[in-house]
Amino acid sequence: MGFLDISHVSKAYGSVQVLHEVDISVEEGEFIVLVGPSGCGKSTLMNMIAGLEPITSGDISIRGQVMNGVHPSKRNIAMVFQSYALYPNMTVAQNMTFGLEMHGVPKAERDKLLADVAKLLQIDHLLARKPGHLSGGQRQRVAMGRALVRKPDVFLFDEPLSNLDAKLRVDMRTEIKKLHQKLGTTIVYVTHDQIEALTLSTRIAVMNKGYIQQLGTPKEIYDTPANLFVATFMGSPAMNILPATVKLRDGLAYAEISDVEGKPQLLQFSQANLASWDGKNVMLGIRPEAITDIDGADRKSKNIQRFSNLVTVTEPAGSDTFVTMTASGRDVVARMRADASVAARDRFEFAINMDKAVVFDPATEARIP
Amino acid sequence: MPVQNNRADIRTRLQDLIPKIVLAPSVAAILIFVYGFIVFTGYLSLTDSKMLPSFDFVGFDNYARLFDLPAWNTALINLVIFAALYIAICTVIGLALAILLDQKIRGEGLLRPIYLYPMALSFIVTGTAWKWFLDPGLGLENTMHLWGWTDFQFGWIKDRHMAIYTLVIAAVWQTSGFVMAMFLAGLRGIDNEILKAAQIDGASNFALYRRIVIPLLRPAFLSAFVILFHMAIKSYDLVIALTGGGPGRATELPATFMYSYTFTRNSMGIGAASAVIMLMTVAAIMIPYLYSELGRKEK
Repeated sequence: MGFLDISHVSKAYGSVQVLHEVDISVEEGEFIVLVGPSGCGKSTLMNMIAGLEPITSGDISIRGQVMNGVHPSKRNIAMVFQSYALYPNMTVAQNMTFGLEMHGVPKAERDKLLADVAKLLQIDHLLARKPGHLSGGQRQRVAMGRALVRKPDVFLFDEPLSNLDAKLRVDMRTEIKKLHQKLGTTIVYVTHDQIEALTLSTRIAVMNKGYIQQLGTPKEIYDTPANLFVATFMGSPAMNILPATVKLRDGLAYAEISDVEGKPQLLQFSQANLASWDGKNVMLGIRPEAITDIDGADRKSKNIQRFSNLVTVTEPAGSDTFVTMTASGRDVVARMRADASVAARDRFEFAINMDKAVVFDPATEARIP
Repeated sequence: MPVQNNRADIRTRLQDLIPKIVLAPSVAAILIFVYGFIVFTGYLSLTDSKMLPSFDFVGFDNYARLFDLPAWNTALINLVIFAALYIAICTVIGLALAILLDQKIRGEGLLRPIYLYPMALSFIVTGTAWKWFLDPGLGLENTMHLWGWTDFQFGWIKDRHMAIYTLVIAAVWQTSGFVMAMFLAGLRGIDNEILKAAQIDGASNFALYRRIVIPLLRPAFLSAFVILFHMAIKSYDLVIALTGGGPGRATELPATFMYSYTFTRNSMGIGAASAVIMLMTVAAIMIPYLYSELGRKEK
């Protein structure tokens, strides 16, 4: 029994099922990120935790109490919205204490809670202003402040950073993470940005089409994605997925992929249990950073395979250089050191770290362990 | 090639000119028939015009005489009563209807035009219909008597103290739906997330509307007030159709006063003076409103 328990929760609008038997158990102090493309059901799930939408079947409980049908204001939760949803006619101070006032907290206590939170978020000097006179970042802080003064059991963040510009978004991301480390509160955070998900969370739930695709730590999600969807959704640039054929040579399994001219080359698998796949097709997943030049290859890796191919394009991006080649008929992106000596249209010896490669069953799209 | 260039040049110049050419007649017409005649009326109010315009300048005599006339004072008092009640009741009913319609009720698409429909009628039609409805011998009172409630009395339209309120009833009936539409648009413009936030904050429905929604409708209130106010001052056709200014002069408003003095009582100077006073009253409301609206946009 977790702190926030979502068990067998489904949601349907008429005959359209938007969430299928979702199960998540959140421990106290966890930072759970629900991530997925738009329409995957993540916001619906969050609204159901908040009580803004009824649950079709299943239970949501907080601190062991079933919350189905309980009014949002009685669940002891607080929510930060994408548009911040500040009340434009009230000052910052009134915005932040409105919830307390509605819950009948006496004025003296409200003022004390307000002062504490305002100091924590460094917005003391803004308290008399109206939201219309604040910058995007300041509004974001006020919206978080309004959630914090309530001292809720669970914080819900609904895409809170997507209205900010790129630089501010990175700053606020760090800020939110610091705040979580400092206060140790339980947070459920919805985003479509996989970088936010990886950087902020203690655990991630990747969602698609109303199903939880994978629930795990950022490292589990990144290194051992459960299926092709998770593999390609998480990470930027996306994981390279190549059709490959498994070949057994002297009891060792190799992936046969072809270079741009269609000439087959063999890469030895690190996985031990692929013998039964001999002669069958699989999908080989390799992260861009696992394909480098030979000097830049990971020295801790026990299995670096060489792959000779023509370079299509190089894209220097300051800290890294992205190198594109064509293999097995697909574009493959490699992420190399900025000073790797590689030029477009040259034949180049790529080093592939097969320890980091993952293999998927093309029929079920699930990862072969 | 240069020939073609030249042709293209004429074409682009013509394209630039077309909007101006198209707009010119209406601009000229408005300048002459609206602003020109405002100035002309202002001038007439300073002359001793009787049945026909005259150009003998008499200064502010007409204004002094105007405010000595009991009929004008009655008209002003009537206007204050009518405008205050009309604006207040329309706003309250319009807001209430809008809030009720905004509760995601079924059949909203059907109800909205029903409330809005009276606005499509001319005030003459509204006035005539209500005249029959309120007439003791024909309408409500008579019907009640026929149904057997013989003590029922509703003779406001024939009562010199109450007739002004029948104007309010008819005008409110006509305009409330329109005010409702304005408030409904305002309500629909409120960010849904704000309402969700208020729900999580634990605001009751009453607190939600009083503390958050109604303050957010401020622009709609302002627009409604300005529109209703100038409609109240301009009210003429409704009075003519409903009461004809009577009984006696009990429902005379400045607009009916202005018409009768200018065109039927051979006191064009006084009529013009009353028209100028009405213009100033409207301007006193409209100018600050436009100033604040345009000023806000420039920010």
